[in-house]
Formats: sequence, C-alpha cells, structure tokens
Amino acid sequence: MAKSEGELTWKDIEIGSIVTEPGSASQYRTGDWRTQRPVFDLDKCNKCGLCYIYCPEGCIYQNAEGYFEANLFYCKGCGICATECPKKVITMVEEEE
Amino acid sequence: MATKIGMEVSVAIGEAVKLANADVIAAYPITPQTHIVEHLAELVADGELDAEYVPVESEHSAMSACLGSAAAGARTFTATAGQGLELMHEVLYIASSMRLPVVMTVVNRALSAPISIWGDHADAMAVRDTGWIQIFTENGQEVVDNVLCAFRIAEDRRVLLPVMVHLDGFHLSHMIEPILLPEQGEVDQFLPPNQYPLPLDPNKPVTMGGFGPPYIYPEIKWAQEIKLRAAKEVILQVWQEFGDAFGRYYSPLEGYHSEGCQVLLLTMGSFSETAMAAIDKMRSEGKDVGLVRLRLWRPFPFDEIRQAVKNAEVLIVLDRAISFGGPGGPVCSEIRSALYQQDRKPKVIGFVGGLGGRDISASGFEEIVNRGMEIAEKTSRNEFEVFGVRE
Repeated sequence: MAKSEGELTWKDIEIGSIVTEPGSASQYRTGDWRTQRPVFDLDKCNKCGLCYIYCPEGCIYQNAEGYFEANLFYCKGCGICATECPKKVITMVEEEE
Repeated sequence: MATKIGMEVSVAIGEAVKLANADVIAAYPITPQTHIVEHLAELVADGELDAEYVPVESEHSAMSACLGSAAAGARTFTATAGQGLELMHEVLYIASSMRLPVVMTVVNRALSAPISIWGDHADAMAVRDTGWIQIFTENGQEVVDNVLCAFRIAEDRRVLLPVMVHLDGFHLSHMIEPILLPEQGEVDQFLPPNQYPLPLDPNKPVTMGGFGPPYIYPEIKWAQEIKLRAAKEVILQVWQEFGDAFGRYYSPLEGYHSEGCQVLLLTMGSFSETAMAAIDKMRSEGKDVGLVRLRLWRPFPFDEIRQAVKNAEVLIVLDRAISFGGPGGPVCSEIRSALYQQDRKPKVIGFVGGLGGRDISASGFEEIVNRGMEIAEKTSRNEFEVFGVRE
C-alpha cells in the first residue's frame, strides 16, 4: 500500500470498497488491540504445543529450536495460552507504552 | 415496429425485464407486487426468458441473493412492496455501499399496523436514505421505460448503484393500460450487456463487503455520497438517449401548466394524473394553478426544483406518508429545506393524503389546492394537514 492509513482519501477507494489484493488481511495488525503480552519462560517449557493448539489467532509458532513463541504483530493478548499451559511457562505482562 | 398492447402494468414490467434480458431474478411474492414476479417466474419456466429464477424464503434473502448475483456480474432484478421492503431494509444499504447494480420495482404499499395491502408511500420513505437511486413513476408506460433505463443507469461504470423504480400499489400496478413494448433489437441496442468491473471470479479473487475501521469508514461513505450525486448527470443522459431512441423523454420533474403560475401543486407517483384533471378544471375557471410532478427522488434534483417553483407564490405539496412527530410529509420537508436558502421562494404548504389506499379524486385535489391557498393567507400555520381525515 503506497499510502498510509491516515493519508487515504475517498478517491483512493476501490468501487464498493472492494479489496483487490487476496490475503491482505495478513497486513492487519491485530496486535495493537493487546493490553497484556505473553512472556515465555522457556526453561520450564517441554514443547508440548498446547499453547499453539489453543491460540485462537493461530499466532503462536514453533521456532528453530522447537520452542513456542507468539507473533506479537497478531497476538491480541487474550491469555488463553497462559491459562492452558500445564507447565506455567507463559505469564501475561501488562503492556506499557 | 413496436405495437401498443393493452396489458396489466405488472405484466408489462415482467415483459420489460425480459426485454432487458435479466440473468437472475430473486424475489418473494407480496401483494401488490405479486403479478410482476409471477409473470417472470412463468417466463422463465416457459423458457421465454433465459434466467435463473430464485424463489427465496423471505425478502431479506431475496435482496441477499441479489447481492451475490450482481457481485458475480449478472444482470439482477427483484421486486417487492410494503412490509417486504422493510424486511429487506438492512440489505438495501449493503447493495448501495457495495455499489451493486440491482434493479428493483417497488410497488408502494402502506405499512402495518393495521394490515393494509393498499397504496401509500410509507414503505418508500422508510428507505429514503439507503443510498439507492429512486424514481417515482406515474403510468404503465413510464414504469416499463424506466425499468429499461434503470438497468442502463445502474450498470453504467460512472454509477454502479442500485435503482428502485417506484409505482403505486393497485392504482398503477393492477391497471390495464395500453403499453408500447419496444422490439428486442431496439432494447439490445439501447442496453448493452452488463460488465461489472470487478466481478467475483475465482481466477482473480477479490474481497467484497470487508470491514471498514474508523480510519477509512468516513471516506468510504463520502465516496458513496459523491457517486450518488454524480449519478444525476448519467440519469439525465440515459433519459435523453432513451428519448432519442424511443421518442419518450423523461426528466427529474415534469411541469403541467406550471410555467409562471402563482399557485403550484406538487405530487409524486400516479396520483398526479388525477391532479392533472383538477388543474384542467381550475384553469378553465380562470385560476392560475399548475402542477409539478417529482420523478427523481434520489439523487434529489435541487436545482430543477428551485428553478421550477421560484416564481410561484404558493407551493402545495402532497405526501402519501407521514413522518410521525416530524416536520410533515417527507417530500414536503425536503422541498422546504431545498428552498430555505433561496431569496425568492414560495410559501410551502404541506398536505398528507392518500394513506393506505384512500383515493383522492379530482375534486379532492381541487379542495386541496383551495385549502392550500387559504392556509397560505394565514400568518401562523401548522406543519401539515391531513386531507380528508374525519375528525
């Protein structure tokens, strides 16, 4: 997208506000809805993957070492991963500006 | 050569949709619209019209199916009336916001309660702000012609907006009138195939009806408003081309002995024909009275209205709907608003009448004009009066 959100005028809008680029929803930063962020204490993690399974956003991924992390561009901070983790690896921490 | 045939106006609408070569009709029958969709169902079943007829379970579904069909680039038609239009309500906004060129005839009917199947403009007025182009017709020929024009207007790339063609329930829909149906070749020449610029296509996927966060929603609405206003130029052009091709010309409003008149009556829809009889009689008695009929309701023809009434002293407006607790009939209050900033303007006197199919005869219109002139003399006036209601 050439223009930023704040620069778009009515003239930039496609007919019926049709989105012509497939999959463009992936550009939408849902991470800025978050008030709490998951912090992983990987020393406790046994790589069971329950956080990955329960995440309703599908934003938890497995890194090269096999541990799980949240993609903060999408993570809305719901805390389901922290609740479900049997090893208490994940703590929800307040987002501070 | 086209031939003039006596037929029910509803049936003639079906024939017009056939001439327009509609691809999809999704509709739910409701009085007084029923004969339109019955006739279309018959034309499709008999193989006379090569279209998909989708018999849906409600008007909400009818309009929803129309959205999908128009989004796929199909020429799409539906029809409804009264409660049916109300049930479509939320989907109407989606059709216009998504810029989908659906054409719909609305057979104007009163709203419940109590149940009334008869003519009235309450249904139309409730959908005034849905962003559709809206045309009010007076007689059968005008409906047929404007259904053909509606497809041209709606599908024009400069417009891409849905169009409602309004006609009065029973007073017009169920009349048998002489109708001149154009030849197929003439219509094909006037109405090119629909080519929606961004149709649903698996080879070129697009997202329609996505969501609009606060950072973009006002710009989207403003774009829609600009397009609807700009549509007027295309409407005028299409009416001109229709006239050149078929010899019948239409305009946003039509005057009947209205030039330079002191007193003007303004009506919308089929009652105007009766009003014309009253005007004839009053003029023969030496009264300086004329009639203005509003045809284009959205986009509202501000300039044409101001021009048409500027030299009159009194403008009497008849509405077939009440805006409860408001400033009078919707047509009257919009005309008042259009004239407010003008230096020279007539006194605008509002009447509401013809509710729920109550007829207004020619002598009734005479009474309305006389009473309007009487009210205009007073210094304090109510917002409106209801004509013919028993106190």
